[in-house]
Amino acid sequence: MQRFSALRLLGHGLTGHKHWRQSWRHPEPKREYDVVIVGGGGHGLATAYYLAREHGMTNIAVVEKGWIGGGNTGRNTTIVRSNYLWDEAAHLYEKSLKLWEGLSHELNFNVMFSQRGVMNLAHSLQDVRDAERRANANVLNGIDSEILTPEQIRQKVPLISISPTARYPVLGATFQPRGGVARHDAITWGYARAADALGVDIIQNCEVTGVLKESGHVVGVETTRGVIRARKVGVVAAGHSSVIAQMAGLRLPIESHPLQAFVSEPCKPALDTVVMSNAVHAYISQSDKGEFVVGAGIDGYNGYSQSGGYNVIEGAVAAIVELFPTLSRIRLMRQWGGIVDVAPDACPIIGLTPLKGLYINCGWGTGGFKSTPGSGWVLAHTIAHNRPHELNLPFTLERFSSGALIDEHGAAGVAH
Amino acid sequence: MFLIECPWCGRRDQGEFSCGGEAHIVRPASPDDLDDESWADYLFNRKNPKGVHLEQWVHIQGCGRWFNAARNTVSNKIVSVYKVGEEPPHPEKRKPVPESGQ
Ligand SMILES: Cc1cc2nc3c(=O)[nH]c(=O)nc-3n(C[C@H](O)[C@H](O)[C@H](O)COP(=O)(O)OP(=O)(O)OC[C@H]3O[C@@H](n4cnc5c(N)ncnc54)[C@H](O)[C@@H]3O)c2cc1C
Ligand SMILES: [Zn+2]
Repeated sequence: MQRFSALRLLGHGLTGHKHWRQSWRHPEPKREYDVVIVGGGGHGLATAYYLAREHGMTNIAVVEKGWIGGGNTGRNTTIVRSNYLWDEAAHLYEKSLKLWEGLSHELNFNVMFSQRGVMNLAHSLQDVRDAERRANANVLNGIDSEILTPEQIRQKVPLISISPTARYPVLGATFQPRGGVARHDAITWGYARAADALGVDIIQNCEVTGVLKESGHVVGVETTRGVIRARKVGVVAAGHSSVIAQMAGLRLPIESHPLQAFVSEPCKPALDTVVMSNAVHAYISQSDKGEFVVGAGIDGYNGYSQSGGYNVIEGAVAAIVELFPTLSRIRLMRQWGGIVDVAPDACPIIGLTPLKGLYINCGWGTGGFKSTPGSGWVLAHTIAHNRPHELNLPFTLERFSSGALIDEHGAAGVAH
Repeated sequence: MFLIECPWCGRRDQGEFSCGGEAHIVRPASPDDLDDESWADYLFNRKNPKGVHLEQWVHIQGCGRWFNAARNTVSNKIVSVYKVGEEPPHPEKRKPVPESGQ
C-alpha cells in the first residue's frame, strides 16, 4: 500500500497527480478461500480488514454484487453516536465509537470523522423523562451524555425555534459531544484499501446467487462469476440478508424497508451539530459542502426498490421546517433511498447460524453506519473463533427463541 | 410512490394506506405444544421476499377496512388485491421476478 502523507501529497502535486497508484486490486476470484464475505459495504469490508489485521486470516474474498459502498454505506446520513439505552447496545456502539476515534490514523485514510456532537430533542414531558433516563444510563456506562435545557439548545443551535407555541415544542434534549458525522465513501475506501493491502481480494460486480451446502455445512457460494468455495461464509448484505438467507434455507426475523434521505442546495455554515428528533421522524446536519442533510423515517411497507414515497419526504420536510422555520425557503437538491434490514427489536443480529460455516451480520436497520468499525470487529472475532465476541454475545439469532430481546426502539427505532 | 386499489374505495394514493405486514400467518393452534424455536418462528421470522409479497393493508385514511394485496417489492406493482378470507393469486401469477435489480 502506498501510504498517504503530506510529503507524498506535495510530491504528487508537483507531478500533476498523475502517478497515484490504484487503491485496491481488481482480482479474478480464486476457486477457494478460507473466508468469503458476502456484501462489500462498510461492514463487510471492515470484517475482512479485522480478520486479516487482528486474526491473521488473509485468504479472504469480499464479494460484492455492484460496487463497494453502493448499498446503505453510500446512502446514509452518516450520524455516529453511542448513546443507546440498554447496556448491551451501549457497549457495542461505544466500542465502535472508540474505533472511529482512531480510524483515520489506523487506516491511513481520512474518514473525516467530525465529532460535532449529536442532539436528540424531546418534545413532550414523557420525551424529557425518557431522555433523562437514557442520559443517566449512558453516564453509568461511561458514555458522555448531557441534558440540555431549551435555552442551552438555542445557544448551540440558533436556527431552532424553541417557541412554546411551536407545533413541536422543544422541551429539552440529550447531547453526546463525542458523536458526529463522518464521510460515508471514505470509510468504504479506507477499509477496502487497508484490507487489500493485507491480501484480501475485493471482487466487485459479482452477485451471490446461491449458497453451496454439503452434508448440512455451508462450503461456498455460487456467483455470477462462478462457484467460490470457502470454509466459512459471512453474510453481511444489509437489506438483502433475507434473500441470501433464503438461498441457504434459513428464515430470519428481518424485514427490508425503504429509508430515504435528501440534501438541500449548499448554504453557508449555519448548523455545526447534528439535531435529531424521534418524535417527528426527522433529523438534520450540515455537510462540509454546506448542504443540509435531512433523513426521514422508514416507509411502512417492505421494499427492495431503493426509493420510497413522497408522503414520507413531505412528513420529514414539514417537521424540519416547523423546527427550523428559516429553512423553509431552501430548495432540495437530491433525494434517494436505501434498503434497510429491520429487526423486531431494532438491534442487530450478529453471530453463528444453525448452518455450520455460515455467519450472519444484519438487522442494523436504520442505524448501522455508526457501527461499521465495531460490527466488523465483532464479526471478525466470531468468524475467526467460531464463537461470538463478548460484545455480540447478546446479539445472536438465538435471542428470538430465548426471548432475550434488546428493545432499543426508544433509542434507535427511528433515529439513526 | 404507487397507487393501491382499495376493494371498497377504488384506486388511491399509497399514502392513504398503512401496511400490516405479511399476510396469511396462521397462529399455531396449540402454542403450548410448540418448542421455543417454532414459537419464535411464528412470532418473528418473516418471508421478506424480493419479488411478489402477500401482505395486509388497511385504508387508514379512507374507509378504514383491511384487505390483502400481492405486491412486487421491487417495482411496487400490485399484482392483485383480494379480500381477507379470499385465496391469494395463483403462484404462477406471482412469478414476475424482480424487474430491476438493486
Ligand atoms: C437513508 C439512510 C440513512 C441512514 N442514516 C444513518 C445514520 O445517520 N447513521 C447510521 O448509523 N446509520 C444510518 N443508516 C443505516 C446504515 O446505512 C446501514 O445500517 C449500514 O450502512 C449498513 O452497512 P452494511 O455494510 O451492512 O450494508 P451495505 O452498505 O448496504 O452493504 C451490503 C452490500 O451487500 C451487497 N449485496 C447484496 N446482495 C448481494 C449478493 N447477492 N451478492 C453480493 N453482494 C450483495 C449490496 O450490494 C451492498 O453493497 C442509514 C441508512 C439509510 C438507507
Ligand atoms: Zn377504502
